[in-house]
Amino acid sequence: MKTEALSKEELLLAFEEKINSEQKIEPLDWMPDEYRNHLIRQISQHAHSEVIGMQPEGNWITRAPSLRSKKILLAKIQDEGGHGLYLYSAAETLGVSRDQYIQWLHEGKAKYASVFNYPALNWADMGAIGWLVDGAAITNQVSLQRTSYGPYSRAMVRICKEESFHQRQGYEIMWKMMEGTKDQQQMAQDALNRWWWPALMMFGPHDGDSPHTSNAMKWKIKRETNDILREKFINKTIPQAELIGLKVPDTQIELLSDGSYKHSDINWDEFWQVVNGNGPCNAQRLAHHIQVHNEGAWVRESANLSGNLE
Amino acid sequence: MENKLKYYLQIADNALILSHRLSEYCSRAPFLEEDLANTNVALDLIGLAESVYEEYAKIENKGNCGDDIAYRRKETEFYNVTLVEQPNHDFAHIMVRQFFTDAFHYNFFFELCKSKDHFLAALAKKSIKEVTYHLRRSSEWMIRLGKGTEEASQRTQKAIDHLWKYTPEFFIENCTDIEMNQNGMGVDLQIVQANWKQKISEIFYMSQFNIPSTDFLIKGGKEGLHSENLGYILCEMQFLPNKYPDAKW
Repeated sequence: MKTEALSKEELLLAFEEKINSEQKIEPLDWMPDEYRNHLIRQISQHAHSEVIGMQPEGNWITRAPSLRSKKILLAKIQDEGGHGLYLYSAAETLGVSRDQYIQWLHEGKAKYASVFNYPALNWADMGAIGWLVDGAAITNQVSLQRTSYGPYSRAMVRICKEESFHQRQGYEIMWKMMEGTKDQQQMAQDALNRWWWPALMMFGPHDGDSPHTSNAMKWKIKRETNDILREKFINKTIPQAELIGLKVPDTQIELLSDGSYKHSDINWDEFWQVVNGNGPCNAQRLAHHIQVHNEGAWVRESANLSGNLE
Repeated sequence: MENKLKYYLQIADNALILSHRLSEYCSRAPFLEEDLANTNVALDLIGLAESVYEEYAKIENKGNCGDDIAYRRKETEFYNVTLVEQPNHDFAHIMVRQFFTDAFHYNFFFELCKSKDHFLAALAKKSIKEVTYHLRRSSEWMIRLGKGTEEASQRTQKAIDHLWKYTPEFFIENCTDIEMNQNGMGVDLQIVQANWKQKISEIFYMSQFNIPSTDFLIKGGKEGLHSENLGYILCEMQFLPNKYPDAKW
């Protein structure tokens, strides 16, 4: 009996049935180009974010004020680099090499989380980044553990465990500073003032303005919308700030009867300016990555040539 | 007691200052895996330094903690060798500095496992596991650079030629080293030196690097007389505790 190959429509149907029944899509499975391209964009952006995120924190390792805090910060940055590795590996299963992803980053064709285009100006920023930036990331990533693409989902399970640790470490820094001298309290409030809005921006545009949301939701790459995740984060974080005596920099904050918070809207002009390259550190972060990559070329070349040392 | 405490600082300061240099390199390695390896070594070295500073503070019994020892001393009270404070000129300099120090650490801690000082013996037994890995990594890199491209080989030989003059200081016995060796708490640096030289020679043979022929040496760190680099390192490292002396972090 002759077996006919399935048509594209039939393959798509089978693909969507698989997703609807909560089965994971694996690298060798058939997938629509649009699904593959969405994942290539999203996972590599996620990987680049982990790696670029090493810069603002790396900036403070040599100035960490105690040996314990230095160890914690180093270990955290090492974790972020490790997340970058898992994610590049997951992204490579889609048929694009890490070198290619890095080249797209350098050419400006790939993005990373805009939040890292803000500067880390005082030690409390190490607390604010852990508490707010990792906190916002984890709100998003918890739902990504159930994402439909198998390698991405499995990477996220591991990443979430570590990110939750980072968030607690960040909060601990803020809490210690709020229990400290007046100078330390001012540093903590200053850090919250500067990182609050960029952290809220991490969830992306309002759902109606998000160009990538609809198919991503249908194919269960994304499991919850930007606005829902943002509200979850706000509702969870404001009480944490109040508990240690910090004030979120938003005069419109009001606790509503259902336990959620009324709040101001994000400055979307600033959001798009930073996304489009005009933030305080966009040029610096990318230039650093390009410079380091170019300076390391001779090392990579030599390592490739000498092989694995048998 | 004075020499015992200074001996503790010689060990811890080498680790702390080298970890500072490695920390500076975070997010600057040639590829991501190497960035992680670099921060891993930095982390091990901070852990080593921290445990020694805490023990130092306990023995000294002046109400200080480990952080006070790391963050409240001035430049001339640091006793690390001058090599570990040398800057991260390029990957070759970083790896040669690391290889020389790892080979010293491995052979030093190997001998120190026999120390009559319980703390030092325990420290050595714990550290030898970590530095064995460090030495394996830096040895492999030396071979990779020596057997790789012409550029890598030249850059690395240049780094060896530049840093070689700092290495004898590891083995110059000052009165602290002599007393600690005589009372069975320290090590015989001549034995450490012989084993260090053997390791260096083996790896240089495999990687086709040359040992520089010069006898010129630079020393001073172990007596608190440093290169200009240490002042900048401490300025950065101690900035927050200096600026906010009453703050607890």
